[in-house]
Amino acid sequence: MSASTTTVELAERAPENQLLEVSLGPQHPSTHGVFRMDVALDGETVVKLKPVFGYLHRNHEKIAEKCSYLGSMPYTDRLDYICSLTNNWAYALTVEKLAGLVAPERAEYIRVILSELTRLINHSALAGFLLQDMGALGTPLMYAFREREKILDLFESLTGARMMCNYMRFGGCRCDLPPGWIEQARSLVAEFPKFLDEFEALLTGNEILLARTEGVGVLPAKLAVNAGVTGPMLRASGVNYDIRKVDAYGVYGRFKFRVPLGERGDVFDRYMLRILEMRESLKILDQAMRDLPGGPIMDPKAKLRNLRPKPGEAYGRIEGPKGELGFYLISDGGPNPYRYRVRPPSLINLTILEDMCLGQTIADAVVILGSVDIVLGEVDR
Amino acid sequence: MNGAGIIKGMIETARNFAGSYHDSKRLTTVQYPEEKLAPVENARTIPFLVYDGGDAMPGLRCTACMICEKECPPQCIYIVKDQVKKPDFVGKMQMQPKVFDIDISVCMSCGICVEVCPFDAIKMDQVFELSTNDRFGGLLLNKTQLAKPNEYFNKLHKTEASEIDARRIEEKQKAEAAAAAKAAAPKPPAAPGGAK
Repeated sequence: MSASTTTVELAERAPENQLLEVSLGPQHPSTHGVFRMDVALDGETVVKLKPVFGYLHRNHEKIAEKCSYLGSMPYTDRLDYICSLTNNWAYALTVEKLAGLVAPERAEYIRVILSELTRLINHSALAGFLLQDMGALGTPLMYAFREREKILDLFESLTGARMMCNYMRFGGCRCDLPPGWIEQARSLVAEFPKFLDEFEALLTGNEILLARTEGVGVLPAKLAVNAGVTGPMLRASGVNYDIRKVDAYGVYGRFKFRVPLGERGDVFDRYMLRILEMRESLKILDQAMRDLPGGPIMDPKAKLRNLRPKPGEAYGRIEGPKGELGFYLISDGGPNPYRYRVRPPSLINLTILEDMCLGQTIADAVVILGSVDIVLGEVDR
Repeated sequence: MNGAGIIKGMIETARNFAGSYHDSKRLTTVQYPEEKLAPVENARTIPFLVYDGGDAMPGLRCTACMICEKECPPQCIYIVKDQVKKPDFVGKMQMQPKVFDIDISVCMSCGICVEVCPFDAIKMDQVFELSTNDRFGGLLLNKTQLAKPNEYFNKLHKTEASEIDARRIEEKQKAEAAAAAKAAAPKPPAAPGGAK
């Protein structure tokens, strides 16, 4: 029997619309981390998609219930390991609510500066990774990482670590800014628009990018709201919801900035929105560094060890770079939380992946996943 | 025009490529094993134990108070107290560790041990070439391997170390003054209950 007859026979035996099931991951280079998509394909079109995760489960919530309140702080760095400082802030904010601590003004300003720098890191890294998913191997990602490196150097000189900063404490920050830090940060912020212009010249008008992103993976506003999607994903669909504006936690109420919104909710809007958000972050950084007050950086009531908040519960949330990052804590008066729960934006934004991918080609599914902006450390915890 | 965006992007790449030949600011990497960047002052990797004076074991600042062992989030510190006490820098008798082990394969470099230590005895090192071909023993450091002189600490974290040194000198002078005052003062008559 020759090879050609086999093919013919197979084709005759196969039903009209036989589906091909492909398991993308967990070691697929484009699935950001150890994440698997069970995809059913009709030709090249996705007809079923099931996200499978849990490969990076580290029992974070249970460990935190065994640890002291302070002891969980370094573990929060490892949730979304690209933006450890926003995780620190969300956790510190929740414990402050629970224990009735108030961070001094200088600490709040430092937190704003650090979290906006984190947003710059996250969005520039995301734009680089997204382009890598589309096949622009290297160049955009390396440009983004070059800028990220400069911000990481700032983090290192302040907190001692590039990624696992472990910087914020309940009722303030661990240490004050070292001399010369703020000047360094100012010059970085002054230089950053140049990088954004360069990045946009490189990519935003690029016809290949437009062809791959416009109209791909559309997320309607209604579905986004119903699915609980937050952050840039939600705003790209045109819903004006930013916790920095809605909640005005910390000192965010004092800064003037716009909330960019998308129109169509496709991948291009999500990419563009992040570029625009970076420009708004720079405005916040400018204002925060101009107004940075002096004074203490810790609440005098705060204790480093043996924190025992009164029995009760608290939910603290911030606008993380990926969406609403919340921590829910119940205290029974002991040295460790009775219940500790993280509301991870990555996980909840991932739940609508199938709705966005159905009817698209398999190559687009990878791009759509890239535009969701997930970090598996946070999805699996 | 179709393709204009691509050409624009190509020009940007070409500018970066050509720029890297004449503008040193555009060269952002160093050739690592041959060239190394100096670590910043605050950088931290794994903990070490500070000792004063020339002799490591008698000079250890650690008093085996077990706070770091208790607070360490991944529980990588193991301490056993010694029965024999030794005088600290002001002359007060203090406990000392018989065993002080840190499993640096577990340590996550968070620096909480440093923050909670009331004796400035444990500090963060800046070594990072820690790989070894011995998986178990090689990464379990005992107190002899962990002990580093105060001068080394001064070299790494200059600001912090000089503050601590100044404070310790002050405390020592205060203790000496108090001891001198005590010696100069007339001895109070033995308390009635003192003999018991």
